[in-house]
Amino acid sequence: MRDRHPKDLKKQYTFGGIAGKAGVYFMLALWALMVLFPFYFMIITSFKSYGSYSAEITPAIVPKTWTVANYSSLFGDSSVPLPRYLLNTAFFAIVTTAIMVVVIVLAAFAFARLSFRGKNIVFVLFLSLMMIPSELVIITNFVTITDLNLRNTYLGLILPSVTSVFYIYLLKESFELVPDEVYKAAKVDGTSDFKFLIRIMVPMSKSTIITVIILKVIECWNSYVWPRLITRDPDHFLVSQGIQEIRENGFGKENVPAMMAAVVIISVPLIVLFLIFRRKIMEGVSRGGTKG
Amino acid sequence: MKVTLDGVTKIFPPHSKKESPVTAVSNFNLEIPDGKLVALLGPSGCGKSTLLNIICGLESPTSGSVLFDQNDVTKLPPEKRGVGMVFQNYALYPHMSARKNILFPLGNLKGKAKLTKEEKNRRMLDAARIVQIENLLERKPGNMSGGQQQRVAIARALVKYPGILLLDEPLSNLDARLRLETREEIRRIQKNTGITTVFVTHDQEEAMSISDIIVLMKKGVFQQSGKPQNVYDNPANLFVAKFLGTPAINVFKGKIENAKVFIGDEPVADVPGCENRDVYVGIRPEGLIPDKNGPLTCSFKSIDVLGRDYMIVASHGAAETSVIRAITDSENKIEDNPETVRFSFKKNKFFVFDAKTEERIYLG
Amino acid sequence: MKKFGLKAWLYLLPAILFLVVFMVYPLIDVVIYSFEEGFTTTSQTATGVGIGNFSTVLRDPYFIQALKNTFVLVAITVPVSTGLALLISLGLSSIKKLREFFQTVYFLPYVTNTLAVGLVFMMLFNKNESSGSVGMINTFIRFFGGPTIDFINGPYWAKMLVLCLYTVWIVLPFKILILTSALASVKKDYYNAAKVDGTSKFRTFTHITLPMISPMLFYLFITGFIGAFKAYSDAVALFGTKLNEAGMNTIVGYVYDKLYGDSGGYPSYASAAALILFFIILTITVINLIVRNKLTYKGGGGRA
Repeated sequence: MRDRHPKDLKKQYTFGGIAGKAGVYFMLALWALMVLFPFYFMIITSFKSYGSYSAEITPAIVPKTWTVANYSSLFGDSSVPLPRYLLNTAFFAIVTTAIMVVVIVLAAFAFARLSFRGKNIVFVLFLSLMMIPSELVIITNFVTITDLNLRNTYLGLILPSVTSVFYIYLLKESFELVPDEVYKAAKVDGTSDFKFLIRIMVPMSKSTIITVIILKVIECWNSYVWPRLITRDPDHFLVSQGIQEIRENGFGKENVPAMMAAVVIISVPLIVLFLIFRRKIMEGVSRGGTKG
Repeated sequence: MKVTLDGVTKIFPPHSKKESPVTAVSNFNLEIPDGKLVALLGPSGCGKSTLLNIICGLESPTSGSVLFDQNDVTKLPPEKRGVGMVFQNYALYPHMSARKNILFPLGNLKGKAKLTKEEKNRRMLDAARIVQIENLLERKPGNMSGGQQQRVAIARALVKYPGILLLDEPLSNLDARLRLETREEIRRIQKNTGITTVFVTHDQEEAMSISDIIVLMKKGVFQQSGKPQNVYDNPANLFVAKFLGTPAINVFKGKIENAKVFIGDEPVADVPGCENRDVYVGIRPEGLIPDKNGPLTCSFKSIDVLGRDYMIVASHGAAETSVIRAITDSENKIEDNPETVRFSFKKNKFFVFDAKTEERIYLG
Repeated sequence: MKKFGLKAWLYLLPAILFLVVFMVYPLIDVVIYSFEEGFTTTSQTATGVGIGNFSTVLRDPYFIQALKNTFVLVAITVPVSTGLALLISLGLSSIKKLREFFQTVYFLPYVTNTLAVGLVFMMLFNKNESSGSVGMINTFIRFFGGPTIDFINGPYWAKMLVLCLYTVWIVLPFKILILTSALASVKKDYYNAAKVDGTSKFRTFTHITLPMISPMLFYLFITGFIGAFKAYSDAVALFGTKLNEAGMNTIVGYVYDKLYGDSGGYPSYASAAALILFFIILTITVINLIVRNKLTYKGGGGRA
């Protein structure tokens, strides 16, 4: 897969002539515009004052006056505790991802390196769980978490979000790239399995682990369905619910610039993460991630 | 340290019910004297790497035992045996510098064996000095040539002061020029450290050129061991004769009748005391001398000049291969493009093997 | 060292615990729920066992509406998004300049919060009569002389149009990424060979490119179908949580509504609906696989 990274694409098609080329660029630019426009809209609107936005019969493409009032109000007074949502989400994403990494590293190591009876059967069972849609199991999980009295707690949010069979699979594949001889060499030197995992395997598979971490953080940051089901207490809201709350109750339905400022704040962390780890994320996703 | 293998057998269980178990090593007896450089030689798949792994402790034998000096280590895990191992692909940790790679084994020492930081560093530098990579210590394996990686791997094996150094196909991943250089290097390191060293190879030239002792094996079974020249001159069987030497030995089908050995219809030599039977006759290329009155008649094909020597390429109906080769010096002239060429034999280059057992029955 | 592999099981234990508690057990339980008649969160006991939940769900007009919405969404977005992604990927692989820029831009929707950007879409398509604002899109429509439409609270087809548009916008990054990789993995030799033979661009595309990337196209169809059948967040983002009132509910939305919220408390109905969804997805996937085995090029070039 490495050699398939989009950046390494060689030019393969040529649509005839300069006119064709211009057509291609036009089409690509058009779609880029479609993608970027919502972002553009949210950014410029977030810098408009409520008054000037309301006064616009026809929305202005560029604000007449720029204001950061919407942002300061988000973090200042505010009927809507956006900072709280952000902190909740960050906490949720970090803890969930951290637990997941521990769980999948251990499991992937067992599958990739240790030998035990029934390994193949267990692995096939794991893989078959990948096909189970989360919609099917969420019902009982909802009941389980309710019965455990974990509604409106971080634990209830985090626990069912931890497991990810696909990442175990991805990491196992990556662990298996570590040559057998390296394991034997470590054995000859008297390295314990656990030390080998921590000191050799994990650093050697750093790239895949980082990819998995980023993908999981994105997933956590955007997760909506599960948090919505089990948290009713705004103190435990994540950003997705926060935005829904803002839309339905906060700011008054009319204060669009304030809403857009919130949207910008929510979107920025992920976009920054993406721009930093662009290659890793795209590579990881092309290896089989699907949204949600 | 002296290594003794006593009746070592390794049978791998089948992967599935359809397959049958594989005997990788069969009742292997061998004594490796202290301080020698020993080559385990054989074609690929003959079980030599398995044997190395058994000495190392990565595999345990199905039966038989492994002794280091007088101590039975058969049941000991590798780390308790005090062996150093260099793997075919070096198995260096790619995320660690050469320095950290060499230090890594010392970090595993526990309890009384634990070393101070200074002691670790001193040993690391010693090992690096022995393999001459002091200037490469901060590099990671990815930024080194194959030969340099090889040296780091050897240093990593030496840093533990092993009683035995094991190398699995140490030269197979190097290009031809480096291979020559590195095998001399291994020879030098072994001589300097005096560590009993066992290396596995399928390249007979490599084994012959640097080792004190070569051990030949075939399909898991011991064939012969000894000083390289001795084994070359006194092959115990057809396999050993064929495996050693380039160009390979010429082999003919033949028979013994009335104490004479025949190749085709021609009686070529007297073999006193040998019973009548079918045989193989092996003659080293340097053992064939062009001789108008020689007993063996072959069809002439071509002459290749190899500097001082030249090689006559010919064919014979009873030969196992399509061509036979004779290497001789330029004094033994033959006429230009003859139809046939006749050969006589040099002493000690002419062997007769039983056709059934392939054991050598005569050396002439 | 091998014994029974007790150590290996220790390494696996955390993963197995999580999977059993939150996936395997729920999977069994959801089947049990779906056959327990009369079970509600308040009653906590079942009055009988049977297929009553399934028939109730299938007769529920809200479910029928959700089913219809979901099928419309699937039927429109899967072909449109895959086709569009193919077109864009072909365009991308024909250029050198700006390619990375375009790829980066195209991927952005993948890393955005569905709910947050959905709100932006809603604002763009909104037509708020009370404030007199017509929204960005309606401004465009008016500029070109068309009648303004309320896409968010207006007629069904307008709402569906926005939902489809937003869904395509969201799923396209993944498809573009996969298809550009697939196109890049077609060996250049084939194109050169075709060129030497004087093959036209169109024929090259239909006879070389398309067969070579067909395994990936089918992969996208299958994942696309599965994803679209599970649509929910996008609808919430555009139309709010009260999807039944908006007439824009999806099957998954129906499941959650039965579970929790104003119409919630019926895990049995939710389970039955979830299982119905699962069987729809399973059927579609199987059909897809059968078609794929008949149609696609099998000599490699697929996913590694």
